[in-house]
Amino acid sequence: MELIVPILAAAVRSGTPILYATLGEIITEKSGVLNLGLEGIMLIGAYTGFIVTFNTGSPLWGLAAAFLAGVAVNVIHAFLCISLRANQVICGLAMTMFGTGMSSLLGRSYVGQTISGLGVMPLPGLSSLPVVGPVFFNQDPMVYMSYFLVFLVWFLIFKTKFGLKMRAVGDSPLSAEAAGISVSTVRYISTLLGGGFVSLGGAYLSVVYSHMWVELMTAGRGWIAVALVIFAIWHPFRAALGSYLFGGVEALQMRIQAGGTSIPAPLLMMLPYILTIMVLVMISVLKGRGRFLGSPSALGLPFYREERE
Amino acid sequence: MRKMALIVALLTLCLFSTAAMSFEAVPADKLKAAWLYNGPIGDGGWTYMHDLGRLEVEKAFPAVTTMYVESVPEGPDSVRAMENFIRNGAKVIFATSFGYMDYVQEAAKRHPDVIFMHCSGFKMADNVGIYFGRMYQARYLSGLVAGSMTKKNVIGFVAAHPIPEVIRGLNAFTLGARRANPDVKVKVVWLFSWIDPGKEKEAAKALVDAGADVLAMHANTGSVPQAAEEAGVYVVGYNNDMSQYAPTKHLTAPVWNWGVVYKYTVEKVINGTWEPEDIWWGLDKGMVALAPYAKDVPDAVKDLVEGERQRIASGEWDVFEGPIKDNKGNLIVKEGQKLTDQDLLSMNWLVEGVEGELPK
Repeated sequence: MELIVPILAAAVRSGTPILYATLGEIITEKSGVLNLGLEGIMLIGAYTGFIVTFNTGSPLWGLAAAFLAGVAVNVIHAFLCISLRANQVICGLAMTMFGTGMSSLLGRSYVGQTISGLGVMPLPGLSSLPVVGPVFFNQDPMVYMSYFLVFLVWFLIFKTKFGLKMRAVGDSPLSAEAAGISVSTVRYISTLLGGGFVSLGGAYLSVVYSHMWVELMTAGRGWIAVALVIFAIWHPFRAALGSYLFGGVEALQMRIQAGGTSIPAPLLMMLPYILTIMVLVMISVLKGRGRFLGSPSALGLPFYREERE
Repeated sequence: MRKMALIVALLTLCLFSTAAMSFEAVPADKLKAAWLYNGPIGDGGWTYMHDLGRLEVEKAFPAVTTMYVESVPEGPDSVRAMENFIRNGAKVIFATSFGYMDYVQEAAKRHPDVIFMHCSGFKMADNVGIYFGRMYQARYLSGLVAGSMTKKNVIGFVAAHPIPEVIRGLNAFTLGARRANPDVKVKVVWLFSWIDPGKEKEAAKALVDAGADVLAMHANTGSVPQAAEEAGVYVVGYNNDMSQYAPTKHLTAPVWNWGVVYKYTVEKVINGTWEPEDIWWGLDKGMVALAPYAKDVPDAVKDLVEGERQRIASGEWDVFEGPIKDNKGNLIVKEGQKLTDQDLLSMNWLVEGVEGELPK
């Protein structure tokens, strides 16, 4: 147990930024909009969160600003993909480049600065539970918030009227439109909301986790989140599982290395991606047999009202 | 055979022409110097330190105009960037990354009147000089400090990629640590990444969990020092003074001081005395150094470091002199022998005291 607890705690810690991004992307994709710009949006979030915390002294303002920045940046993506019906893949890639460049350009003067940010806050009572306590309840407030968010996103998608509209729009925009739902309104809301959470994932890295701003600091986590959405088959619970699995594999391979044993670390690091590819294969095979697992059928397709006739 | 003789003759000719070749003096107010960076200045590490060197030139030679381009990929794009510099009047160009090597040669051939300086490579020409720093010497000194400060005799090292440059630093550090304290063991976590503050922090935590009470690093951000401060263990930074990330725990750091070679070169260009050189300076010229010590470092340790620094700077001794064993017990450098620069540049084995194997 003494060996496993730190690994599990590290898994939750390093899984959290990916979890925020994955949850955000699930919301966006459920409505049928694909956003491959996660890496760029996370960087915008990391940058905004850092500078606002740095200048106001308050991590809460920093996180709030990062959320709003994510929403704002996704307005561009939403406008291009929903209103102008541009190719979503290309738009998303452009968002990645835009976010990467923008954050690097603006963040120059903040390199090397530190903030006090948010730190670990053990939850009284819960944190003294055996195993579960140190793993889940001896973390920072943003980790606790991510637990709520998992349930919140699940509730939003599967238990609310808006969630129903979202799924309808993502699966069959034509029928949704016929039922009187405004496809573009629902898609706009989902894309903007999702962008906010993705951005929070980036802000977690700069404001809570490392208390610094470094260019390109997300280091590919946005892409991992894109893969995790598929791994999770668009479900928030499996997104949490997947994020912690990713975090856990990383924590485990580092501890194996620190223990002096040499294992082919890159091999272990590939594992989550291999699982993602397997899930992708599974989705395709089942789709061929007429079973749909929860992937939005209209994902990535622009919606043309005129096609009704 | 005749072909061979011809080649030899040509080579000799080349050598002589190299010696004969000289560049005219350029008045400082006419001189434009350009820097080609492979990363962003904002990396707070490699490129950042080169840029500090550029700023030192600006300060020392206010009349000289400097320019730079960041994040230039190590490919054909770099030639375009250099051509651009030359169109804008650059007389000397510093290419600060290994991967520019062949592109520097290409551009240099086309512009024999422009001086090129390439960092960390091995190809020279009439108008191409090369330069690098013996960082391993400063690493060795920082190892002395780390080895003196550990109580558990376990030091953790966060390393970016298993390439010769990083391995050389890790080995030199370990040699220093074990010279100060022969019982020291160095545990390593390889990141397989140059910039990833999140991962660097996790690696630091993993090493602390594995029993390390001093950390060292070859990574680019201040994450490891930050984790050390939080965990209450000592840390040795890298690239620049990282004490702002670990105000009470930052023992010291091996740091670059590129300004030394940049000022040297610019001065030579101004005087018209520049010629292609293979510069690999270390502690002797102050190209690498140690950052200021933490309060906790005792005077005895400082004296030990100073003694070793003088031994290295004077050329009396260098870090990789035998006997040195690898961590599998094989004698790699025999007593009285010394690794050549070529050996140093292609190092792919770990010294005794480093735990584990190199990832393959």
